Amino acid sequence: MNESTRREFLFQTGKLLVLSGAASIAWDAVAAGAPADAPNYTMTEHWWAMVIDVEKCIGCGNCVRACKAENNVPLEPYYFRTWVERYVVDPEDIEHPIVDSPNGAYDGFPELTLSNPNVKTFFVPKLCNHCANSPCVQVCPVGATFDSPDGVVLVDKERCLGCRYCVQACPYGCRYIDPRTNTVDKCTLCYHRITKGLLPACVEVCPTAARQLGDLKNPNDPIHAFLRTHKVQVLKPQMATGSKTYYNGLDGSVR
Amino acid sequence: MSSRQDRAHLVRVAALFGGALILFFVARAVLVPKDFGIYGHYRAGALADARARPIAYAGQAACVECHGDVGDLRKTSSHAHVACESCHGPLATHASGDDATRPGRPNGRTTCMRCHLASLSKPAKFPQIVLKDHADDGPCIACHQPHAPKL
Amino acid sequence: MGTVQGYMYPNEMELQWSILIVLYPFITGLVAGAFILASLERVFDVHVVKPTYRLALLTALAFLLVAPLPLQLHLGHPERSFEMYLTPHTTSAMAMFGFVYLWYLMVVLVLEIWLDYRRDLVVTWKASRGLKRALYAVLTLGSDNISEGALNVDDRFGRFITIVGIPSAFLLHGYVGFIFGSVKANPWWSTPLMPIVFLFSAIVSGVALVMLMYMAMSKLSKRPIDLPCVDTIGRYLMYAFIVDFSLELVDLIHRIYEADESFKALDFMVHTRLYMSQIVLQMLLGTLLPIALLAVPQLLRIPPKWRLRIYVIAGCLTLVGIFAMRWNVVIGGQLFSKSFLGYTTYKMQFATREGLGASVALLLLPFGILAALVRLLPPWPDESLKNA
Repeated sequence: MNESTRREFLFQTGKLLVLSGAASIAWDAVAAGAPADAPNYTMTEHWWAMVIDVEKCIGCGNCVRACKAENNVPLEPYYFRTWVERYVVDPEDIEHPIVDSPNGAYDGFPELTLSNPNVKTFFVPKLCNHCANSPCVQVCPVGATFDSPDGVVLVDKERCLGCRYCVQACPYGCRYIDPRTNTVDKCTLCYHRITKGLLPACVEVCPTAARQLGDLKNPNDPIHAFLRTHKVQVLKPQMATGSKTYYNGLDGSVR
Repeated sequence: MSSRQDRAHLVRVAALFGGALILFFVARAVLVPKDFGIYGHYRAGALADARARPIAYAGQAACVECHGDVGDLRKTSSHAHVACESCHGPLATHASGDDATRPGRPNGRTTCMRCHLASLSKPAKFPQIVLKDHADDGPCIACHQPHAPKL
Repeated sequence: MGTVQGYMYPNEMELQWSILIVLYPFITGLVAGAFILASLERVFDVHVVKPTYRLALLTALAFLLVAPLPLQLHLGHPERSFEMYLTPHTTSAMAMFGFVYLWYLMVVLVLEIWLDYRRDLVVTWKASRGLKRALYAVLTLGSDNISEGALNVDDRFGRFITIVGIPSAFLLHGYVGFIFGSVKANPWWSTPLMPIVFLFSAIVSGVALVMLMYMAMSKLSKRPIDLPCVDTIGRYLMYAFIVDFSLELVDLIHRIYEADESFKALDFMVHTRLYMSQIVLQMLLGTLLPIALLAVPQLLRIPPKWRLRIYVIAGCLTLVGIFAMRWNVVIGGQLFSKSFLGYTTYKMQFATREGLGASVALLLLPFGILAALVRLLPPWPDESLKNA
């Protein structure tokens, strides 16, 4: 083969490879359509959020237990997709609250012994905030964690390397490594339930409606009225994570 | 300007690198999952994986389908907004008929006290009791009907 | 939990990144630093350090080959690590690793070593028999042109590669600093200075390593140590160290002055759990003392024997200090809670794959590889080859 035909051959082969690669990707997008296993659920019609009403939480721990049961979270030693914290705050020193979360509040809280009666004390449930500008999604090297089209941050267990970078990047401490799969795990907002019209397990069993699911794209959802009429905050707003977990009645001492 | 012969060994190096690069692209075309990148930088199948988990809690609506009488009793009670499974635990297998066993009753004391034991941390308006002032022996259900607890 | 003091988020109590992740930046730092020393001669014409040129490159190669191993041992699924090549997430600094590593290994290090050694490889090929002959034939890619013109091409192209290699070395180690520096969730890590501090401490550690290796290997092969060479390296080490220390001091002063919400918690951590490794090992023994030692020959007349001893002690202290710096960044960043209300302890194990045993083995492995490389590609070829 002389110089010019060899060059010609390489050029044509290269062109073929590039074009067929592009075509196959395009075809997959066309063929994707609606997911087959949730025929009544269209992702783009939903934008999920959570509302936590701190003024209603009684620290019963139902949510912690329900989450562990629903999502098969390891009971030992201390992995939690959601947990409840108890704050004891001296009103004159809100920068140094005393916080505890015994086994994540799996068995509720033991009785409180207060040395100083002049305190305020309350419970704060925590979970993945399903951030719209999630720092954990940003740092994943292989695209194993992502923000779904309906606003839930999920983990692809088949792709996760277990590098733990996302665990470091989450400002809220909601991720952990599942020792049984060596991949990252976290609250999925019970994606397998909400896509079927059910409530997340933690919302289902909360006796005081301190935890509520919201769908920001649904005009009839009560979350819109709630956000309009209450003073809500997100955790660590200075991090600008776009957190979609709104807290009502959040005290300044909450970390 | 160096002669072509003097540069020949560099051409071999370039060919080696070029070959490796081609191998890389071929490997990529084969190994990257076909559904990667459709919705974003992730495998679209992961959404289906997340949806496919088994369900443990049936949800209140499922309970009331069979236990309508309890549902009616609770509708006007103070426990109206407490889901059945808050006290009775996950019952999806029972509700779907897969599990023929009858779920046992929750332990009265522990279940009730988790919510109702007095604590300074609980909202003041929430009904809570100090055990020794209230009735420190005997089960709660001796006086309170759990589905309509107000006396 | 007995090891937790105060409050930590429940998932934070166990450290995510172990000593292996301390080891990785330490090793790539040595690589980058050794390469910068080699480039001093090739690009900046500091010919007095020529005796260390080849050794610096081989050292860099030996350590670079080991560099991915601590990462592989740490991963939950090391068999999936190739995914970084298939679907790298462009917003993640870590995704860069595969490509930067491969670029640096093949295009910078291996190519430069090949170009510098090509003449010796061809000569050895022609002078050998049997398996050794075949091996060297492969290494030369079958090309035996070592005419003046060809060697000229090698020299010019090699110089070009070295020039490209300097920013590549900065990238190889700088991105690791960025991996930490860009995590806004962690105030111990999040600072724009992090990549720069990492880079300068890398240069310091790499230069110190090559200096020590050169002295050790000269001793072992009974060659005389080129004194002006070592004096110059010692001087450059001191300069780099002063810059490195200044950068770390700037970061420290800034933190203390601004005293933001994380400061009290971090300050407490440094004074308790991190005291030995940060104050004693990194700052005093690992930075101030080596700088002082290296300054002595610059300020006073010291006889050669004592100068060499100073260099050995300063070099060893430097390596310990830079390792401590990596430890303080990686482990230190995980000892406090992101709630700033609590602290935990790092329970380092010995025999597990993320334990001390594995780390020691990984630190010794490059020396084994270097021993093999030095036999394959002698940094100081025999006189007989020169006349071939």
